[in-house]
Amino acid sequence: MMPSAGHPTSSPPALTSTSPGMVQTGDRATGYDRPFQGAILTPSRWCAVMGVLSTLALVLATLCLQLGTQYIGLGDIFRLLSSALFEPVSDNEAFRTTGVILLQVRLPRVFLGFLVGSCLASVGVALQALLRNPLADPYVLGVSSGAALGVAIAVLFGIGTTVLALSLLPVCGFVGGLVALLVIYRMAATYDRLPVHSVLLAGVILNAIFSALIMFITSIMEPNRSFGMMAWLMGSLTAPAYTVLSALSAYLMIGLVLLFKQVRVLNILALGEEPARSLGIDTERAKRFIFLLSALMTGAVVSFSGMIGFIGMIIPHAVRLVAGADHRLLLPASALVGGMFLMVADTIARTAFVPSEVPVGVITALAGGPFFVYLLVWRKDRLA
Amino acid sequence: MSRVSAQGAVVDDAASRGTNAVPAYDVRGLHFCYGRPGVQDVRWVLRDVTLQVEPGEILGIVGPNGSGKTSLVKLLAKLAVPQTGDITLFGRSLTGLSQEETAQTVAFVPQESAQMFPFTVAETVLMGRFPHRHRSRWTLGFGWEDRDDCLAAAHAMATMDIAHLASRAVTDLSGGERQRTMIARALAQTPRVLLLDEPTAFLDLQHQLGICSVLRRLREERGLTVVIVSHDLNLASQYCDRVAMVREGRVCALGTPSSVMSVEVLREVYGCEVLIDAHPESGLPRITLPRQVVPFHE
Repeated sequence: MMPSAGHPTSSPPALTSTSPGMVQTGDRATGYDRPFQGAILTPSRWCAVMGVLSTLALVLATLCLQLGTQYIGLGDIFRLLSSALFEPVSDNEAFRTTGVILLQVRLPRVFLGFLVGSCLASVGVALQALLRNPLADPYVLGVSSGAALGVAIAVLFGIGTTVLALSLLPVCGFVGGLVALLVIYRMAATYDRLPVHSVLLAGVILNAIFSALIMFITSIMEPNRSFGMMAWLMGSLTAPAYTVLSALSAYLMIGLVLLFKQVRVLNILALGEEPARSLGIDTERAKRFIFLLSALMTGAVVSFSGMIGFIGMIIPHAVRLVAGADHRLLLPASALVGGMFLMVADTIARTAFVPSEVPVGVITALAGGPFFVYLLVWRKDRLA
Repeated sequence: MSRVSAQGAVVDDAASRGTNAVPAYDVRGLHFCYGRPGVQDVRWVLRDVTLQVEPGEILGIVGPNGSGKTSLVKLLAKLAVPQTGDITLFGRSLTGLSQEETAQTVAFVPQESAQMFPFTVAETVLMGRFPHRHRSRWTLGFGWEDRDDCLAAAHAMATMDIAHLASRAVTDLSGGERQRTMIARALAQTPRVLLLDEPTAFLDLQHQLGICSVLRRLREERGLTVVIVSHDLNLASQYCDRVAMVREGRVCALGTPSSVMSVEVLREVYGCEVLIDAHPESGLPRITLPRQVVPFHE
């Protein structure tokens, strides 16, 4: 077109020419992605970032296993883990108590923390791309409180305390989260399509209503149950039994994989609805699928760990600054970082004020709230 | 009707330019309104629009604000569905084509696109390759861009003079640079039809001219069909093969710039007097605003 002097585009290239013509484009076009050096995500950069993050996650997980009311040395951890793996009914006296602490309490808790953090961060990434709103987060949109309301109603009517507790509480969570998203969808859907800003507004209103209902339910409960309810609502990662944990993790893993399959679609959706349609995406179908997946994952997570807020907002932001906006890296990297973040936050929650334990939701909110304000006040140009 | 490949392989020019060629677009009896018809006093945005777009032509759509120009190109891009009437694209009904098949043939550049996320310019242009991606069960949706994709994108970026911005975030660009990025994305899509909504609105003179000459060149080289919505009557007159004047949802004049751009037609469409003389170079109509301010029609 009108190239500046010295720029390799001085002879306007013909789009019809095949590869030899392409080479004339510029001296730089020898390697196929050379013109984009550093400008696009390449498989090698993907591997590098994911490799570093995975290693970091393993190191942090080991650290979180060590810390607690009782310190467990690195050697003991490895010995206990290997004995648990290879001789499940080990009766080794020396490690008996330590073994129980590590394997029955700390390990499932650290694992649950990682899983919940990963899911919340991934759902945050997906919702942000879908709503093209960097402040979107399952907590902010009211999906979490919808799920929490579902669980609270179940607990109020005693469903949660029956034998079926294992299977029914998460189901109520899904239903609640799904109802929340459907209501948002209905409220925001004018005509056939879904304008993005009305969704966020609908989420804010819904959040207020659901919170009021949850508080109402909590206030009419027996005091001892309402206390447990409050503790759960503020977010806690009490270790579940292994059977429950494995069912939950299998379920969430499937959700994560299905979400990961949408990474390129998320890239395109993040451009906006019309550009996405003009690039060949059936946006309504893609949005429905991703919304549904988000609701199901959020419902499952909330029924186990209560309302842990802001992870879905902070983590994608931080990762985007370092790893770029391409969802092929952003989504899995956010999942790893979100997992690490919640794992560490929970370790702080259970070790900082021994013997009492701080709800982990308090820690994430204390970290996330100021970050939210920072984004609103100092980065408002990016939120236009 | 061979499709343009990633390298922009030559379209069957001779066939598509022949007199009995299938029209790029055949639009018949189009009625469109936003929302649902049947509600009382529907405001039809488009009323009984019928027009044909020949392959390899540059068609300009001009008209006053709110006349339905943008809605018309959105219908052509299958971004909205008309209430009645039908649109055929190279002989195939648009309703029968999937969004994806449409995207392989038609590229659309919206009027303005605010960006929320810091994708780099190169990443944004590469997204134009999405309709041509390779589908595989095993890539888990990651699907890295291959050599052809990168070449097409690099080419489009060079054409739009944004190669030097490759690693800049789209959120940090000026309006004109962003506009050129979006056009480059559409070019990387290697379409047969390019729909542009106010492509020159944010551009400086140099790049306005640049885009117009690029469009003409692409038309010559690969028979690209271009539909361009513009407020700039002079641009439409100098660079379009035919111009459609739209007023209140109807096409009220359609033809070559010389036949359409007359004082009478413009008075009827815009409700104001303009001066028209011949362009010193091309001899095509040149529209000038009068010095004396004429009050709004009625």
